[in-house]
Amino acid sequence: MNRVMAIFRALVTSDRGADRVVPPSGFTVRLTLFTAGAMAFLTIFALALSLAAGRLATSWGEELARASTIRISAPEDQMLEQVTNVLVVLEQTPGVASARALTADEQRALLEPWFGPALPIEQLPVPQLIEVLETREGYDSDGLRLRLQAEAPGAVLDEHTRWRRPLVEAAARLRLLGWAAIGLLAAATGAMVTLAAHAALAANAQVIAVLRLVGATDGYIAQAFVRRYTLRTLTGAAVGTFAGILVLLFMPGAGEVEGLLTGLRLQGAQWLWTLLIPPLAAVVAYVATELAARRVLGALA
Amino acid sequence: MIELENVAYSYSGDALLTDVSLRLAPGAFHFLTGPSGSGKTTFLKLCYGALQASEGAVRVFGTDVAEMGRDDIAYARRRIGVVHQDCQFLDHLPVAENVALPLTVSGQATPEQAANLNELMTWVGLQGKFDALPPELSGGERQRAALARALILSPDVILADEPTGNVDWEMSQRLLRLLVELNKMGKTVMIATHDLALIRAAKSHVQARVLRIAGRTLQAAGADL
Repeated sequence: MNRVMAIFRALVTSDRGADRVVPPSGFTVRLTLFTAGAMAFLTIFALALSLAAGRLATSWGEELARASTIRISAPEDQMLEQVTNVLVVLEQTPGVASARALTADEQRALLEPWFGPALPIEQLPVPQLIEVLETREGYDSDGLRLRLQAEAPGAVLDEHTRWRRPLVEAAARLRLLGWAAIGLLAAATGAMVTLAAHAALAANAQVIAVLRLVGATDGYIAQAFVRRYTLRTLTGAAVGTFAGILVLLFMPGAGEVEGLLTGLRLQGAQWLWTLLIPPLAAVVAYVATELAARRVLGALA
Repeated sequence: MIELENVAYSYSGDALLTDVSLRLAPGAFHFLTGPSGSGKTTFLKLCYGALQASEGAVRVFGTDVAEMGRDDIAYARRRIGVVHQDCQFLDHLPVAENVALPLTVSGQATPEQAANLNELMTWVGLQGKFDALPPELSGGERQRAALARALILSPDVILADEPTGNVDWEMSQRLLRLLVELNKMGKTVMIATHDLALIRAAKSHVQARVLRIAGRTLQAAGADL
């Protein structure tokens, strides 16, 4: 902990002398700023993707976890009887919390996205849907299917888990993909900072020789470079993060339709995650530059 | 101070120095001479730990260089002022900051030291060059700035490699007088030079021991010196 505090103090406390011994470099500094900014910008979207996928998985999981549907396709004169039979069976089935037949309006609303609002549902052979909500313990789906077969031959039990599980799994994988993308972006930032630091150290071999001649330790020389690249990365990442947040703010919110693309904007406390991006980028830059400096100084010894 | 015992140094399999022994005692004044390429610079670099001996032992302030880490060598160099012929500076910093560099890297840059810097710059005749950049200095000014940088930490030992190589006779005499004056203050001085006239001129001001590198080894110079 003390070591971490010492590093933090060394980074934030300006050592004017140490800062000045390294010449103000040109392209490597701009490269670091640009890379850190671009990576932070992309990280914002990887983060938003990951969090949106997580929200979606949770939402689908919660909404559909204990719901299933029974679809009854029967001739018109048998429909009412089969619906009544199914409701009776469901009432007697342990693990069923409630069951109700959807009204014609509700069924029309379900079909509206495909057929429009003027669908004459009463004149069409549309199956009757019964919504079933399970208790926490759930019901025996195989047993229920057997009973439905006997009592209402036109009834088909549609457990949402059948199609829900792959969706939830896909959303969870997407969330993982988002985190993996963040990890890759961090690694790419580290690699780019390492390259830039290597280039700067190699270009300043004469400066290093002079510093060594006058008694500078490797730690002092490394710190001069590390501080510069860490602060540049922090600055670039802060700018990139700010730009990413601005773009996210202009993205549509989730609204009523929960989806990946419509729900990319962060919600509530999730915005706090974005504040971690610049300091984490700085930590990556610190480690990358420190390792690069130690390696180059060892080679130049 | 600095002691070399049966030291040999080889580079890419070629022996540059063999069986070299020398003890630089406190307050001693040495000249090291020999033709160009004889190994004078190599000898000095061995003395301040910039090179590691292939054989034998180099002891700096009582510690074998072979057993010193890079940081230990850095600390030892704060007690050794080094002046090179091709005085290297940080060209983006003004002369005053270059001269004060040993103070900066050792964390001793204080207001009191700023007064010392002013005094030192005046002593080497660079009082008007505080804000000049190193590329703007003449050869003699660069040599004096390098000398000032080597002295700012008041080192125990001063190693100068061809310190008068780039300057005219008058300036070389002036630099020599500065080094003699430092020796009289108790500093150990070793000057590597192929300028025999400089050595002869110095002998009237200071009791110096003259060594010559010949046949890859160190010998006492002849009576002519």
